[in-house]
Amino acid sequence: MPKKGTKSKKEKVDDVPNEQENKLPDYLELQRTRVVCNADAPIHTQGFQYSGAFAAMGIDNSVSVDKFCKNFKIEINRLTEDYMEFDMIGIDASIANAFRRILISEVPTMAIEKVFMADNNSVIADEVLSHRLGLIPLDADPRLFEYISENDVPNERNTIVYKLHVSCPKNSQRITVKSSELEWLPEGSQLSMSAPAQSGDKQKTFTSFSQSQKEILEKPLGVKYKDITIARLGPGQAIELEAHAVKGTGNVHAKWSPVATAWYRMLPEVVILKEVEGPQAEELVNKCRVNVFDIEDLANGGKRAVVARPRACTLCRECVMGPNEKQVELRRVRDHFIFTIESTGSMPPEVLFTEAVKILEEKCARVISELS
Amino acid sequence: MEHGSLTDSTSSTFSIMDEDHTLANSARFVLNQDPRVAFCGYTIPHPSEKKVNIRLQTTGDAAKDVLKDALQNLMIMCQHVRGTMDTAVVNHRAKNAAEEMDVDQN
Repeated sequence: MPKKGTKSKKEKVDDVPNEQENKLPDYLELQRTRVVCNADAPIHTQGFQYSGAFAAMGIDNSVSVDKFCKNFKIEINRLTEDYMEFDMIGIDASIANAFRRILISEVPTMAIEKVFMADNNSVIADEVLSHRLGLIPLDADPRLFEYISENDVPNERNTIVYKLHVSCPKNSQRITVKSSELEWLPEGSQLSMSAPAQSGDKQKTFTSFSQSQKEILEKPLGVKYKDITIARLGPGQAIELEAHAVKGTGNVHAKWSPVATAWYRMLPEVVILKEVEGPQAEELVNKCRVNVFDIEDLANGGKRAVVARPRACTLCRECVMGPNEKQVELRRVRDHFIFTIESTGSMPPEVLFTEAVKILEEKCARVISELS
Repeated sequence: MEHGSLTDSTSSTFSIMDEDHTLANSARFVLNQDPRVAFCGYTIPHPSEKKVNIRLQTTGDAAKDVLKDALQNLMIMCQHVRGTMDTAVVNHRAKNAAEEMDVDQN
């Protein structure tokens, strides 16, 4: 029966993709792992989240914890006191974005929240001055302090007190008040709430410190940057105030955000679809503003465009636009993030990241305990 | 808070207070990777209300247990991320220190 024989042979040919397990056809693999940036719009932006997306093909799309742990990688590109850039590979955008969101709005820092004005006859209004003070980054580790709630008494564990007392003498030039003039008061507030009832009583101040902060902290507190302008004073003007800093998070007010900003971008991938040679190569190299392409000299004296610096690509899409046939394809790797953290100084960026991850863990733990 | 029927434990909506996209989107990702999950999605009913609803339908297991497992997995992933970051920082510092020493010698 020759007919049957041909049929079974055909079936076998059809079976071939199933035999190669854990391997998707190329076009699906591309859709799964890359975002393709066409001239008009990016495509395949969603990806395949569902574990059974390829179940009919016998391919498992689920990500177990083991698989994640095996594939996850971090490579640090640059690390300074207040700046860090690293590659996070093998993680989904949802989790990378959770880290970014937590860094910006949920990692706590210390910032000036209450200002007690004793004297201010400068041109800058009290509320504006207070706002400016609030935005000054403080050199205080928030992990050493506790949150203060509305009914709490300010003490050495939840409040930092700073004093600012500057005046411009008459018949002198105008002076600029810089953040370096903020003086830390480790013993707490010096302003009295009311006159003592009896002369022997200890004056009641706005804080009740039971011990000096010098004893509980390893290093003296101050401001991170000494050259921030707070105000300018003319002859005869003066500012005298006390500023109380407390612990808070960025979702209440941006002054508590520990990062100038934190962001990520997916790794750009530039692919030359078909050889670009001769004058076209020159044209392609000149099109790119950030010099992604280089010219390679060929043995026969010709020239060829090659991708030299894909990371520099800003996705301006200049190289994929135009009426000509598509030479280049711009893609982004879906699970490779170039993550950048700019710290404002209270904690180094690598510590901030660790703290952010811890906060996500705490969130999970909270919901688990609520469910049980 | 869990909204589900008493007779069918396989589909539930979980109402979580004081949470937002940060947790819900990560949880949705982890849940969708779980083969026991038939459907999972989340919504924030009103942007000024600090509340997120996570809808979860499973293929047979109790929705509550599946959600708990997913959050547990997310925690393990976080711990792994933290560990990886710590080693990456140590390695980076060691590498940089070595490079600086090379510069000094030259």
